[in-house]
Amino acid sequence: MALLEIKNLHAEIDGKKILNGLDLTIERGKVHAIMGPNGSGKSTLAYVLAGKPDYTVTEGEILFDGESILDLAPDERAAKGMFLAFQYPLEIPGVATMNFLRTALNSQRKKRGEGELSTPEFLKRVRETAAKLNINPDMLKRAVNVGFSGGEKKRNEVLQMALLEPRIAVLDETDSGLDIDALKIVADGVNRLRSPDRGFVVITHYQRLLDYIVPDVVHVLSKGRIVKTGGKELAHELEANGYAEFQAEAAE
Amino acid sequence: MNAEIRHIKTSAETGLAQEFAAARAKLPGQGAVAALRDTAFARFDAKGLPHRRVEEWKYTDLRALMRDARPLAPAPDQAGKARAAKAGQLMSDVDVCRIVFADGVLVPELSDLVGLEPGLSIRSMAQALGSADPLVARHLGQVFPSDDAALALNTALMGDGALIEISDGATMSRPIHLVFATVSETPVAIFPRSLVVIGKGARATLIESHEGPDAVGHQCNAALELIVADGAEVEHIKLTTGASETLHISTLMASLGADVRFNSFAFTTGLAVVRNQVFLRFDGAGTKAGIRGASLLRGKQHADTTLVIDHAQGGCESRELFKSVLDDEARGVFQGKIIVRQHAQKTDGKMMANALLLSDDAEADSKPELEIFADDVVCGHGSTVGALNEDLRFYLMARGVPKHEAESLLIQAFVGEAVEFVADEIVRDALMEAAVRWLAERG
Ligand SMILES: Nc1ncnc2c1ncn2[C@@H]1O[C@H](COP(=O)(O)OP(=O)(O)OP(=O)(O)O)[C@@H](O)[C@H]1O
Ligand SMILES: [Mg+2]
Repeated sequence: MALLEIKNLHAEIDGKKILNGLDLTIERGKVHAIMGPNGSGKSTLAYVLAGKPDYTVTEGEILFDGESILDLAPDERAAKGMFLAFQYPLEIPGVATMNFLRTALNSQRKKRGEGELSTPEFLKRVRETAAKLNINPDMLKRAVNVGFSGGEKKRNEVLQMALLEPRIAVLDETDSGLDIDALKIVADGVNRLRSPDRGFVVITHYQRLLDYIVPDVVHVLSKGRIVKTGGKELAHELEANGYAEFQAEAAE
Repeated sequence: MNAEIRHIKTSAETGLAQEFAAARAKLPGQGAVAALRDTAFARFDAKGLPHRRVEEWKYTDLRALMRDARPLAPAPDQAGKARAAKAGQLMSDVDVCRIVFADGVLVPELSDLVGLEPGLSIRSMAQALGSADPLVARHLGQVFPSDDAALALNTALMGDGALIEISDGATMSRPIHLVFATVSETPVAIFPRSLVVIGKGARATLIESHEGPDAVGHQCNAALELIVADGAEVEHIKLTTGASETLHISTLMASLGADVRFNSFAFTTGLAVVRNQVFLRFDGAGTKAGIRGASLLRGKQHADTTLVIDHAQGGCESRELFKSVLDDEARGVFQGKIIVRQHAQKTDGKMMANALLLSDDAEADSKPELEIFADDVVCGHGSTVGALNEDLRFYLMARGVPKHEAESLLIQAFVGEAVEFVADEIVRDALMEAAVRWLAERG
């Protein structure tokens, strides 16, 4: 059974149809890249997977380990192992980063029937992970993402992913806004997590990221549907030719 | 002025007149004090209970909220004192000098009145009123002259309270905690009155807590006059808690000298109707004052914060910040007026009220006002009313935090933006814990 199966997914927001019968299957251990023009529905797909309440799924199914997650709240999906690295991570003034990380991790563990992590064990994990991602520990003393630069916010998303150890991670343009060194650090962070039972959906506009996180499969999303699937060479084609061909196809 | 049409007295107003007539001879104080009472009652009697057409009471219509006058509380019995002994728990982690009042009356056996630290004097206001105390003669009713009807009622019927004096240069090692517990099992009215005089360069923390028992409709009308001399540093905390049906009115009148550091924080989670009025005047230059607070309300609770901040002298800074969290059908009111007198140049005043509505039926009213007569000032005000940010909630939930807990984190953050200004860390923690308990009780 596939790790994640998206079948004929239709979703809308404020009465506007965004996803129009999207099919996508993610196998364990695989990295899938999704590319596509602005406004084609990539973030929408990411949000719908994570369970953002603004979207209404009007048709279709999302199966995680063969079970539908459409009726699950975002926190329940997270506890099952769904993770979304936001395209635009939010600042949460007044909520301390450490408290946020601990609450998130322990809430998930609790829901899965695992014991809460002790404070020293938790701190050790955060420190080690932060160090690998080149995140200054002082930043963790601040409120969540408050005063972080764009690139720091993206690295903080990857820190959360590494701590929460999801089984399926959706990275929505985690590369945008990163300098070349940060890009490598983030890619390393993702590659370290690659494992035979974990799947990734990497949304990006740039082939460059895929030099560092080498995908197994590349998809093109246009007008709310997957319009082409190929190997990593597809990313190079897109880089060279753009999306004109697919936009015309999807429009007919 | 056009002739005021005399209104027909409400049952509460008639009741109050009867209470005053019956108690007048027995209330503490003669001579000047008795005259003060008579003048105050006449002022109240002429105006009647404030109602919605009285601008300052627009959102808290006492005539409607106070149907009947409760009888003046008799002296507390042993059972009542035992209940008072358990009051003020919110500050149980804080090492305080604890002064307990049961139904407005000082209970010496429950209070730390002996072995007070050097420079501190605490007396019973009832005794001071009865003994022509010089502090009372000099200051009582004079700290912030006002014709507010609720305050007049307090002055007319004032019973006991605290008379506190801190001498010049004295630093209090422990906060002074005035615990006002309404303990009677039948509804009563209490009118505590306190006067606190803080000497030059002194440092002190003053905590007042007001709480009542469940399901008894008491009426408490408390007033506190505070004089802070030049260079003193004072922190004032007012706690209003308890799940009771009590109607609570409180007036803080403060006069701040030069180069004073004054912070007041009002924390409200309890009682049915709460009106916190603060009348504060800057009487010297170089003073900084922060008047802040947080209310967490549910059910049909109603809490009104009304401020008059009078920059009578220039070169002072005032910061006002009030946060209300309103669930169910609760109502939060904020009225803030900053006055800058003509000669009070270089005044810096900023006022902000934020309300967070957790339910469609909750209501927030905000009326900030600036009256500026000087030209070289920096003043501003703002207010916001909104629901919880759903995107932030989703972000937290997407990380595995359950909805209720995600909301609690966001509400704590909202309240924390005001609580963080409380200087004493242990008091601050106690307030945040109280907020967390309130959130845990949320359905
Ligand atoms: N609240 C909304 N109401 C109506 N349309 C919306 C709303 N939110 C998003 N959309 C539309 O949905 C479409 C898909 O948006 P989405 O963010 O998923 O695109 P994307 O593929 O992630 O684009 P980008 O590459 O720019 O990040 C866009 O046309 C956008 O304008
Ligand atoms: Mg997007």
